[in-house]
Amino acid sequence: MKEKTEELRKKLSEMLAAAETDAAVEAIRVSFLGKKGAVAELMAELRNAADKKSAGQIINEFKTEAEQMISDAAERIKRAALDAEIRSAKKYNPDIRMNNVRGSYHPITLVSREVEAIFKSMGFTVEDYYEIVDDYKCFESLNIPKHHPARDMQDTYYLDNGQLLKTHTSAAQNAIIRKYGAPLRAIFPGRCFRNEATDACHENTFFQMEGIMIDENISISNLIYFMKTMLSEVFERDIKVRLRPGFFPFVEPGFELDINCLICGGEGCPSCKGSGWLELCPCGMIHPNVLAEGGIDTEKYTGFAFGLGLTRLAMMKYGVKDIRDFNSGNLKALSQFGSN
Amino acid sequence: MFLSMNWISDFVDLSGLDKIALIKNFTLATAEVEDIIVKGGDTHGVVAAKIESVEEHPSSKKLHLLKINDGRGILIDCVCGAPNVREGMHVAFAREGGMVSGREIGRATIAGYESCGMCCSEAELGISDDHSGLMEIDESIALGTDLKQVFDIDDIVFEVDNKSLTNRPDLWGHYGIAREFAAISGRSLKPLEKTDLSKYANLPEVEVNVKDKELVFRYCAMKVDSITSKTSPVNMRIRLYYCGSRAINLLADLTNYVMMELGQPMHAFDCRKVDHVEIQRFEEPFTFRTLDGIDRRMDSTNLMITSSDVPVAIAGVMGGDASKIEDDTDSLLLESATFDGVSVRKTSTKIGLRTDASMRYEKMLDPELCETATARLLLLLLSLDPGAKVRSAFTDRYVRKYPEIKIDIDKSYIDRYTGIEISDDRVVSILKSLGFGVEIRDKTFSVSVPSWRATKDVTIKADLVEEITRIYGYDNFEVKTSLSPLRPVKAERAQTDTSRIKDILVGAHRLHEVHSYIWSDIAKDKELGIETVPNVTVINAQTPDHRYLRVSMIPTLLAFVSENKGFADDFGIFEAGHVVEGLRKDGTADERRHLGVTLYSKVCGEEELFFRARDIIDDIFATVKHVLPEYVRCDASADYAHPGNTFEIVCGGKEMGTLSVLHPRVRNLLDKRASVAFFELDLEDFSAIAPKDIRYSEPSKFPGIDIDMTFAAPIADISVRALENAARRAGGDTLSDFRIHDIYSGADGDTVTVRLTFVSNERTLSKTEIQPYTDAIVAEYAKLGYTMRA
Repeated sequence: MKEKTEELRKKLSEMLAAAETDAAVEAIRVSFLGKKGAVAELMAELRNAADKKSAGQIINEFKTEAEQMISDAAERIKRAALDAEIRSAKKYNPDIRMNNVRGSYHPITLVSREVEAIFKSMGFTVEDYYEIVDDYKCFESLNIPKHHPARDMQDTYYLDNGQLLKTHTSAAQNAIIRKYGAPLRAIFPGRCFRNEATDACHENTFFQMEGIMIDENISISNLIYFMKTMLSEVFERDIKVRLRPGFFPFVEPGFELDINCLICGGEGCPSCKGSGWLELCPCGMIHPNVLAEGGIDTEKYTGFAFGLGLTRLAMMKYGVKDIRDFNSGNLKALSQFGSN
Repeated sequence: MFLSMNWISDFVDLSGLDKIALIKNFTLATAEVEDIIVKGGDTHGVVAAKIESVEEHPSSKKLHLLKINDGRGILIDCVCGAPNVREGMHVAFAREGGMVSGREIGRATIAGYESCGMCCSEAELGISDDHSGLMEIDESIALGTDLKQVFDIDDIVFEVDNKSLTNRPDLWGHYGIAREFAAISGRSLKPLEKTDLSKYANLPEVEVNVKDKELVFRYCAMKVDSITSKTSPVNMRIRLYYCGSRAINLLADLTNYVMMELGQPMHAFDCRKVDHVEIQRFEEPFTFRTLDGIDRRMDSTNLMITSSDVPVAIAGVMGGDASKIEDDTDSLLLESATFDGVSVRKTSTKIGLRTDASMRYEKMLDPELCETATARLLLLLLSLDPGAKVRSAFTDRYVRKYPEIKIDIDKSYIDRYTGIEISDDRVVSILKSLGFGVEIRDKTFSVSVPSWRATKDVTIKADLVEEITRIYGYDNFEVKTSLSPLRPVKAERAQTDTSRIKDILVGAHRLHEVHSYIWSDIAKDKELGIETVPNVTVINAQTPDHRYLRVSMIPTLLAFVSENKGFADDFGIFEAGHVVEGLRKDGTADERRHLGVTLYSKVCGEEELFFRARDIIDDIFATVKHVLPEYVRCDASADYAHPGNTFEIVCGGKEMGTLSVLHPRVRNLLDKRASVAFFELDLEDFSAIAPKDIRYSEPSKFPGIDIDMTFAAPIADISVRALENAARRAGGDTLSDFRIHDIYSGADGDTVTVRLTFVSNERTLSKTEIQPYTDAIVAEYAKLGYTMRA
């Protein structure tokens, strides 16, 4: 029996080595391990064997061995087929881009989101407001009475129904103060309008972001802190700020906030006209009349407000030289602010 | 406004201090300095000299050969082309080695003759714009005297933007500015030298009749005659010139000088023509010639100074041509008045004439200044022309006084406002240095506001905080975070929704965000054959084409698409912004936030583009609100929308937008070979949708059965929602999923294939079990007009 199984093993080994397909291996398996296969024949012969027990053991050992050899062969063929597929596979080139179109955000959206994220992280709520407001919202409630010279500074678009296009995001202050009351931390980005001729530096339609914080002990010292922190985050570096007196009827004291020039770092260069400082945003302590118009107890609460020129910020951040690009709809310009 | 440090130094001793640094501190404490100009630095070596002889140049008509005596005992040759040279004339002479306005003066040969040094005009010295001839020097000045020792050629002049002084009427003259420098530097402000007006009290008054009491705060007048001096002294002229004015004649210069010194506009009438005045308005319009020779249309709103009811000046703006100071004027009627600022501003705006005087009146001047300015002007006039005679008493019509302002402010209020501690002594010294009166009671400062700050500027406690802090210095502030308690931040759904929509449009659908204007562009609409919808109107639009506010975003987006045809064959743009849908019932503009999306393609067909737009809407609703909208075919209300393919976007039974493709007429104008699809969504309606709760159901452990069924139906009439609703009605509990598997348009008509998935949580379903349900669905569909295909 031993000789027979040796002979079969040899034959099986040769046949499997020659087999190249799953089907060939399957045929070999049937011819050895099938119902009428070689192993079945040996089992039939077992009846005549002298030492049935040892002969049976030999056949079983061979059967186990044959099964292993066949499955190894099947595995070898499967691997060879995968190898062949991999070898013959088409080589992709990720550099080839047939469809190169990406969407893009408006630069104002990008800058606004950045500033919003910073203020949200400091507990400010983000508010939206109308673009069309009345005289009360835009001027009266902000301590700018009729005939006040401050109205001269802003050439306002007036509408035939008596309303106007808001000249500054401060026009939302009263409504938002009334909506939430004190204490309050809010920013409100928005589109503003001034009736002036457009050129590379002037637009009649532009974005600002107003921020207010009202609580029991808000101080000038806090205002400087928040402005410095926010601007350092926006420009991703430590920004030096300084306050200068600035006159805006809705704040008292009012300031112009300067930052150290981003181009020369404060040494003085053409961008900052040699002063080392860039005028960035008006701010101040909210005028008690404005708080009172918003229904706030001015003996109990104080607050600060600032107005950041988002359009100007976007110009600085991205190096946009012509402000008209923002509202041009020109995709050669705007598509550069891709999704990232 | 230009300000002279020499002038300021008349009133505050700044010796030993770095003036440039002081000016920079002025920026930090008071108002921004735009520019600092050092005057006279590029001029030196200019002395008083005498022209001893003048010879004609043999070959030049213009040039003269001069012998100059510069006090050193030798005669110097000088070739000079000035027309006013004459023998014996004393001139400004730049010696060899000197410098004139940056130009080095040396020895040169001019037209064949040697010339050493140069005789100078005032313009060459940079002290006026007069270059008509040589500057003539008073003979009393010793020859060889450096002119910088007698004339204030050296000065530091700085410029402050007028706009940054709008709230500070007291800073429109050098004396007020000097008070700031005194406060900033800690030095004291000198009292102003002026004539004692009471000594003229016995003289008769000027006839002044303030008929219009509404627009006049105060009107003061005085008469002076026997004036013989005609020109102002050099130093006065230099100051006027350095500060942006021009010397005219002594009387005009004096009124300008006092205005630039104190901020109080003054007017001098020629007393031969105007010796009494009334102040009034006229009912009927009339023409008035101002002293610049221009005829101006005046009306009933303009306050006039008249003499026997003949207008002689526009109050607070400009005098009249007929009564102006002439070269032979020897007597004057001096006006020093305070008019209503708003009225002056309205008049000056209306007639388009903004003067140094009107600019100051607009700021609400302190009426107390009228008297000070008169007394100051008289002092100057009488010292320059000792022969002049005052002919009237100081005539004062003080119609309206500003109330005195007293403010009590607690130390704790100041500390709370500043967030730092400023000592009591510092608070008091700062306020006093600015002219405020201060008394301390307990912890309260009782502050009286000086008249020059009391017209509108300082009225409340916060105003005092500003005074204290700006002089204290913001650079000296400690920078501290607030200690406000933490509170949850409320997020506005409108904000977050819009932000998410932008991410979907840009990230998933590769659209470009654009911004445009709130108004329609009638010209651009016309180019695309779109008739602009009349709407709420901008009264003062820059062009009539921009007068209507936009009702919809789509026309703007279409114009952008048209302008970007060269950008790509296939692109889409969107804007999230505001539109106005007419007026609300209360008359206010019905402003809505909208999203507009427009897709353009030369690559894919209109139907594909339409479905792309539909997919975008579905994505927006599904991602943000977890629902899908319905699309209901409707009439096109806009003339650019396709009449056959316009759909309302409906959610929760509310119409909140439209989806459409372009009207072929507009498309042909925009681009014949392209397809355009667009939609507009009302973001306020969208934000009002509460996001549908997500309900989780555990997936069945048993396999489901998919049943496909095909029905005949014209594609345009298929309502997926009706099919789904019917299937849900009739499909029993085990119907878990409904979807459109296929829509096919074949030779024998259109078909729709639905795929129904049945699944049970308890067992594997058999086909026979679900047969009753599929039969019921088929029956329902038949009722809706869908017949089953084999």
